[in-house]
Amino acid sequence: MLLIPCPWCGPRDEIEFHYGGQAGIAYPADPEALSDGEWADFLFMRDNPKGAFAERWYHVHGCRRWLDAVRDTATYRFVSTGPPGEGAGS
Amino acid sequence: MTARRLPSQGRRIDRSKPISFTFDGNEVRAFEGDTIASALLANDVVGGFRSPILGRPRGVFSAGPEEPNALVEISEPWFEPIVAATMVDAVDGMVVASRPGVGRLRADASPARRAEHRHAHVELLIIGSGHDGFYPARDAAADGERVMLVEQRPTIEEGAGGDFVAEEVTYLTRATALGLYDEGYVTVLERAGDRDRLWHVRAGRVILATGAFERSIAFADNDRPGVMLSHAASWSYPLEYGVLPGSRAVLFTARGGSYGPASVLASNGVEVPAIVDVGSIGTEPDLGLARDAEVLNGWVVSSTDGEQRLEAVHLVGPGGERRTVECDALLVSGGWDPNLALWRAIGGGVRYDEEAHAFVPTEGPPWLTVVGAATGEVFNDSPYWFVPSDDTTRHFVDFQRDQTVADIANAVDGGLRSVEHVKRATYIGTAIDQGRTSGVVTAEVVNALIGESPGWQGPSNARPPVMPVPYATLAGPFRGELFDPIRTTPIHARHVERGAVFEDVGQWKRPRFFPRSGESMEEAVERECLAVRNDVGAMDASTLGKIEVIGPDAPAFLDRMYTNRMSNLAAGSMRYGLMLGLDGMVLDDGVAMRLAEDRYLVTTTTGNAAVVLDRFEEWLQTEWPDLRVYCTSVTEQWAVVAINGPRARDVVDAVGTDVDLSREAFPFMTFRDGQVAGVSGRIARVSFSGELAFELHVAGWHGPLVWDAVMAAGQAFGIEPYGTEAMHVLRAEKGYVIVGQDTDGSVSPADLGMDWIVNPSKGDFIGKRSLRRSDLVRSDRKHLVGLFPQEILPEGAQLVLDETAETPMPLAGHITSSYRSPALGRPFALAMLEGGHLMHGRTVFAPLRERTVACEVTSPAPYDPEGVRRDG
Repeated sequence: MLLIPCPWCGPRDEIEFHYGGQAGIAYPADPEALSDGEWADFLFMRDNPKGAFAERWYHVHGCRRWLDAVRDTATYRFVSTGPPGEGAGS
Repeated sequence: MTARRLPSQGRRIDRSKPISFTFDGNEVRAFEGDTIASALLANDVVGGFRSPILGRPRGVFSAGPEEPNALVEISEPWFEPIVAATMVDAVDGMVVASRPGVGRLRADASPARRAEHRHAHVELLIIGSGHDGFYPARDAAADGERVMLVEQRPTIEEGAGGDFVAEEVTYLTRATALGLYDEGYVTVLERAGDRDRLWHVRAGRVILATGAFERSIAFADNDRPGVMLSHAASWSYPLEYGVLPGSRAVLFTARGGSYGPASVLASNGVEVPAIVDVGSIGTEPDLGLARDAEVLNGWVVSSTDGEQRLEAVHLVGPGGERRTVECDALLVSGGWDPNLALWRAIGGGVRYDEEAHAFVPTEGPPWLTVVGAATGEVFNDSPYWFVPSDDTTRHFVDFQRDQTVADIANAVDGGLRSVEHVKRATYIGTAIDQGRTSGVVTAEVVNALIGESPGWQGPSNARPPVMPVPYATLAGPFRGELFDPIRTTPIHARHVERGAVFEDVGQWKRPRFFPRSGESMEEAVERECLAVRNDVGAMDASTLGKIEVIGPDAPAFLDRMYTNRMSNLAAGSMRYGLMLGLDGMVLDDGVAMRLAEDRYLVTTTTGNAAVVLDRFEEWLQTEWPDLRVYCTSVTEQWAVVAINGPRARDVVDAVGTDVDLSREAFPFMTFRDGQVAGVSGRIARVSFSGELAFELHVAGWHGPLVWDAVMAAGQAFGIEPYGTEAMHVLRAEKGYVIVGQDTDGSVSPADLGMDWIVNPSKGDFIGKRSLRRSDLVRSDRKHLVGLFPQEILPEGAQLVLDETAETPMPLAGHITSSYRSPALGRPFALAMLEGGHLMHGRTVFAPLRERTVACEVTSPAPYDPEGVRRDG
């Protein structure tokens, strides 16, 4: 079970969290301006790297706050976490 | 005199406390502290077990968790389907039976052992309390760290024991670490008296002091009862339990010059005629007290003899010379292998060490270290795995799978080279001992057979749990009523009193129907439906999800969350809304009530309240943190009684309220705050049945009072309480969908014929762009339709257009809701049907197993299509 450093609660068990998928996928400013292909890219296409991966978690059974994180998908270790938009590195 | 109890000795047993139990119906006398296995040996039960596939006689082989043969079922005082006899303390009155390799469940069994779960957080967790585990535990505790020490055996192995550890260290005995997981998460099974305790431990650092397992050697009939691992036979049983494995023992060892086992047995009066040492060391052997033994260097045990148990061993010398030695115990030592099952299961690496002739740990997770014998501090001499022979069909490698060197050779002949493949071809290592005594031997037999050197590949990987764990233990206390939280409404007790039959909706218990005595469900539901259509009915709608959405930007926020506009709703009014996923599919529906300019109360479906609240939070926190909106769940703060039917207004009037209930003053889809039955509350004119309806919202604790008032006042008007089943029928007759029943995450508003609720002119909302995707505008998508079938169809039944088509028939849709409609007087169903919007009036078919049912396609809202009944 992962140990997730919540920026507000400290390290907590994974069962307290929901996974939120890749971080840094901004909602398009004007969805209507996008082609079907561009919209499908936003909707369905996500990275799947081996190694550092920026992702979102929701501390649903804790402080109920969302956070961004960088996690190594090979070792499952968290490299960093922070508030939405700030924890996924740059 | 064969296997027996010594007159003294045995530090684990209490000779002042004799006990007895039965094994396969025979009485076994023992002492407190005995394991089942030690007691069996003390009673000279050397065989007594059978191998699972070949049915060969087997006996106790080891003294620990590696035991492959002595597997038992315990049926008193608790039931345990299969467990190693070496790992369970004997209890007075216990009923034990041998089990050949596989456990069984029994309907007539005693209850399982009680089980509880505990959680612990420590800086340091040490697994194994021998010398290498004990001292790091003591030192860390002295430094003020929280330390847990886990020991598989009944006592701490090293040091002064309890006195010191009780103070500063949490120590668990008879406890096995089942698995290591990410970041120091470890599960531990503790056998504590009559109960199992499953520990969930999160440790900053974990030290594995798990020691080593002695390995066997494969030779003909090496599975005969009386053949044992040397350490168990010469050390564990004599010293810990005062039990000798036999009266005349031969030692067969690949650990050149290490004849301690022979010496220990000799010192306890066991005759040791021979030591068979595969090595050819010519130096002066240290025989210790086994000075009468003849040391046969370069010899091997080629096979064994005996009826039910060992009577003799056949030896072969370096020059091919043969001898036979009578004995009733054969101690085998092929060497020692670090116990790395936990290490490997979390991804720790191993390499073959040429000095230790064993696989030793390399790199692992940063929080995990291995110490002591588990690192490869073992003293193996010449690596020796199996005795060569023309016939290896009785050279057993995995006793629990009855697999031999010949079986491995067969797999290799078939072209397999990897131990992982051989494992899957032979099932070696897949039994409940997880191949502890067979893993390395198998790998080395494969290496030898394919012409590679020792260590070319190691044993197959291990996975947690390292020991069998009863499901009852994993479940712990979370069974029956504690399996999942049960949510009940404030009015629940009233429904119980009235004899309601309940159904689970999410975690809620909701009345499904209220049968009168002797009534079937169908009869009760029909009566409840007709009451609502003809007179009046009341239902407990308190489970509806309720979220208050508050803040200056609440109107703009809800416009983005729902497909229609909520910002132009007047205070005191309410509006039905659909919520979509980003993919344009229907996610939930509900009603938004505008309480004030900056304040809404939105309802969700009963099962979806948490999902919707989480979704609100997600968008507010991650995408639109600039919006000033706060969301609060108020589901449990409100009790809701829905009154539906032509006499609903009369009932509310009789209950007593200061709200003007007249049609003109209180139009449909509005709500009024006021007094209801003497308490303050809110009345809403919203209908899920199509009839005139009022919802009474009051504080949760007033729920029973208002329910009682409604039932009392309604008596004069023929009121009936109704449940979810009648509610489903009533709403289906009106074509109102239930999200999650008529939809499945692949249904758009247009598929439901609900374009009218999608407002494309109000700006962006979640899912809007997806509604234009090419796949969502196909004309042959499945659409919601009503069906008039000739009989009531099962929900989920498939629909076809051509009943004569060959199978597999082209499928055109499926039934999502199906009832007998009392109002229409016929069976009625809702279905998703390809191109259904244009198929009203046509006939489709539901092919069932025995017959095919014709169905007329109709509008999904056949009852009161003009909607004249809702205003009463």
